[in-house]
Amino acid sequence: MNIKNDFPILENGITYLDSGATTQKPIQVINAVEKYYKTINANPHRGAYSLSIEATEAYENTRTKIAKFINAKSREEIIFSKNATESLNLIAYSYGMENLKKDDEIVISIMEHHSNLVPWQKVAKATSSRLNYMYINDEFEIPDEEIEKKITDKTKIVGITHVSNVLGTINNIEKIIKYAHKKGSIVIVDGSQSIPHMKIDVQKLNADFFVFSGHKMFAPLGIGVLYGKKELLNQMTPFLMGGDMIEYVYEQETTFAPLPNKFEAGTQNVGGVIGLGSAIDYIENIGYDKIKEIEEEIVNYAVQELRKLDYLELYLTPNNKNHSGVISFNIKGVHPHDVASILDSEGVCVRSGNHCAQPLMRYLGIDSTCRASFYIYNTKEDVDKLVNSLNKAYDMFKKYIKQ
Amino acid sequence: MEDLTDVYNELIMEHSMNSYNKKKLDNPDFEEIGHNPNCGDEITLEIKLNGNIIEDMAFSGHGCAISQASTSVMIDTLKGKTVEEAKEIIKTFIGMIKREIADEEELEKLEDAIAFKNVSNMPARVKCALLAWHTMEDIISKNETSGKGNINCCN
Repeated sequence: MNIKNDFPILENGITYLDSGATTQKPIQVINAVEKYYKTINANPHRGAYSLSIEATEAYENTRTKIAKFINAKSREEIIFSKNATESLNLIAYSYGMENLKKDDEIVISIMEHHSNLVPWQKVAKATSSRLNYMYINDEFEIPDEEIEKKITDKTKIVGITHVSNVLGTINNIEKIIKYAHKKGSIVIVDGSQSIPHMKIDVQKLNADFFVFSGHKMFAPLGIGVLYGKKELLNQMTPFLMGGDMIEYVYEQETTFAPLPNKFEAGTQNVGGVIGLGSAIDYIENIGYDKIKEIEEEIVNYAVQELRKLDYLELYLTPNNKNHSGVISFNIKGVHPHDVASILDSEGVCVRSGNHCAQPLMRYLGIDSTCRASFYIYNTKEDVDKLVNSLNKAYDMFKKYIKQ
Repeated sequence: MEDLTDVYNELIMEHSMNSYNKKKLDNPDFEEIGHNPNCGDEITLEIKLNGNIIEDMAFSGHGCAISQASTSVMIDTLKGKTVEEAKEIIKTFIGMIKREIADEEELEKLEDAIAFKNVSNMPARVKCALLAWHTMEDIISKNETSGKGNINCCN
């Protein structure tokens, strides 16, 4: 099985190591979106004509597919959004703003992406609640004691990323969810960096909310998902107001549609939804077991080879089982943007910067990192190219590096 | 992409890693922070004037080789110039990086700063090269608009 062949953009031989930012798209997904626009495009839920009904069916069938994919109890628990960021904002506004009061606590981790951090600052300020952080240890993991210290009887919301987009750390969300529930708090899991790589079962996890972006799992840009437990979604007020989320609209009053439409105002990104459905088919055809096998081989090889470069600083846990496909690193004394530019000149695409995680960078005492993130189309050859181009970058800089 | 040694040349490397302009001035007349929020580059420019002449400049902060070197070379270029001359040089440098000015004769006034010409071929790094120059531009225009049309007005 040569997975790379499914990805037209990789035909030109680039070494794409930025799947944590967005994945490339397989031809199957591209074809599915094209077919949608060529054959059944219409505005769903609105037309009485057969084309609109076909579009509605394709849209709603994908909702059912996603519910099965993450084992939600019912399809109404799947809300389409623009991306994980919008899903998190929906929860912050429709749950956070309505349910928090003075002196309540919101607990998140220091490794959160800005999307699961800035909205909670806003909620904390608006409701006079407090925003507290779970910090990491020297192994870039959140210790159990930290979880039990920070989640208290006052905690009403815990927001936690399943996998860090900077460190690749897989957080012990099972423990966090159990402990938070014991303390009477709900838990929001940001699954953006986990669902591309591992099977998610929201019922088994018992997460109250689980959000992710399609574009990090082979789907087009601009489509995301919010999973929420039905009882919570039912008691929440809508986030965006407009068409298709209403029942009756009078001059001064409106009653809202039931789930899931209540949270889907305006014409939706049906093409994106179709693409996401096709991406899920693609993942299921390969299977998470196989995905894990491919990734482990490449990531283990990458870690092994990068550890050999003594000019490199790595920011990752030594515990392999707690690490996913993201590796952050720096050439000591050289700025990551310069490293990324030199890697780019060798056809190697890595991200450099603060990865939308400024508080984490500050906590680590650094400005930014280079980040290589892997997915199933990557090969050991890609890792070798990364290592060779890092050597080249180091050679260019070494006589200028201040010791 | 073309050979990167055109960008990461000797002058730029020396200025970025070991700049003699990276220090603090005693009692600067102006101090301004320049920041690229997307990449985290942050510099503080300090300026000392003597009448209308830029007598001394220094910088501190952190960032990539291009932003650091560009700041240091800008200081070398602008030191000793009048504010009016500085404005003209800044305009030319920005024009060069944005590929709006290519005339060799016009670029001569940039002195060593011409070494950054090839950054114009790296769109991802343009803002690194321009950070210090935009910051300097801000200092000058802020002090022009806030007073009597003279940078000296706000001492």
